[in-house]
Amino acid sequence: MTRSAKPALIVGACLLAFLLMDHPVLAEAAGTAGQTSSQYPWWLWPVLLLVVTFVMGVAAVLGGVGGGVLFVPIISGFFPFHLDFVRGAGLLVALAGALAAGPGLLKMNLASLRLAMPVALIASTFSIVGAMIGLALPTKYVQIALGVTILGICALMLTAKKSELPDVPRADRLSSVLGIYGVYQEATTGQIIDWKIHRTWQGLLLFVAIGIMAGMFGLGAGWANVPVLNLLMGAPLKISVATSKFLLSITDTSAAWIYMNNGCVIPLIVVPSLVGIMLGSFVGVRLLKVAKPTLVRWVVIGMLAFAGLKALQKGIFG
Amino acid sequence: MDELEKSLQARPEQILYANILEKGMLFGLILVLVTYVIYLTGLLKPYIPLQEVPGCWHMSVDKYLDHCQMHAGWAWLGMVGYGDFINFIGIALLAGVTVICFLAIVPVLWRQNDKLYALFALLEAVILGVAASGILGAGGH
Repeated sequence: MTRSAKPALIVGACLLAFLLMDHPVLAEAAGTAGQTSSQYPWWLWPVLLLVVTFVMGVAAVLGGVGGGVLFVPIISGFFPFHLDFVRGAGLLVALAGALAAGPGLLKMNLASLRLAMPVALIASTFSIVGAMIGLALPTKYVQIALGVTILGICALMLTAKKSELPDVPRADRLSSVLGIYGVYQEATTGQIIDWKIHRTWQGLLLFVAIGIMAGMFGLGAGWANVPVLNLLMGAPLKISVATSKFLLSITDTSAAWIYMNNGCVIPLIVVPSLVGIMLGSFVGVRLLKVAKPTLVRWVVIGMLAFAGLKALQKGIFG
Repeated sequence: MDELEKSLQARPEQILYANILEKGMLFGLILVLVTYVIYLTGLLKPYIPLQEVPGCWHMSVDKYLDHCQMHAGWAWLGMVGYGDFINFIGIALLAGVTVICFLAIVPVLWRQNDKLYALFALLEAVILGVAASGILGAGGH
């Protein structure tokens, strides 16, 4: 893709989001929340959620992001639900996706339980802290912070590099003590890859921040897990992606319980979202063969950028 | 070659964890879908009528609970006779299966003399258990 085409695509995606915003139901609902949403029949909302989250599920797979990171900014920006319920639903959506993928990834030995456990201890503890902070802060501040975070994720997606097999000359002392290493076979080449990690304590420290953000905003944190596991700690890309996906099933569990126990779960919002994202993901996996993932990725970045700006606008101007 | 094949396989505790996670996840998802159908079809009367839900979801959670006269935490257990609250059974199972997975691998790790990871697994189960217990309150908006 040419350099000039990328911004054009982002602008195109933003226009698409504006068109979505122009839909009379969503536009009114996003503007005047409660008064408007109760004017429409109750069944319209779960149906709309199902359709939007289905598209989101397809886009998430093709764009290489988790469903949760799209769900919270887009649904909170364009639907009449309070951010508390969107975050609760977002965590459950990300959790369901991680639970569905986890067993297969563990059995294939792509997700490493040994790598995930020390990381999960830190991330899940701090996602509880994040959830408590998120629920205690006034909504407008959370909305502003969410907008800034989403725009930061866009920047990360635009700039972060990936390394299939990072060079780790020798394992550091902490990872040796913890016995974090493994072997896997690269399916495409048949190559046997011995992997180990380094900079373990620095990585673990970053999971403090990742846990807090995941809990505070109800976002799945794959966007942050993968760069830390892969680029900083030196785990191979496939191990990082798989372990990150599995890790979400633990991190999101702890935060999801905090939201559940505070009453932030409305089944009429959660269940259609969960079904829509999962069905969309199934279709997305099949479309991967024919779609152009790079193009979709730019559309996803554009949608996220718009949703991030929308969150900022809601936080600042109400 | 046997040694190589062995090293490519997932460790026993990982397989056990995956098996429990798989069964719990499938059971939880089926339960979520079945209870949602019960809710939408009105087989069980909901606590908040379906047509009234859109009038509540724009409120902050504190106002919502107050408006609907509901309690947070595990109070839903006492209300599973209602169509909306029955949905929480499947959702709680999805959110709780990970605790079971960690508790299940503790003895396996202990038998392998991997006491550090057995402790990690136990600690993780405790952390998730504390989050699930509802003893950690959060401030209102």
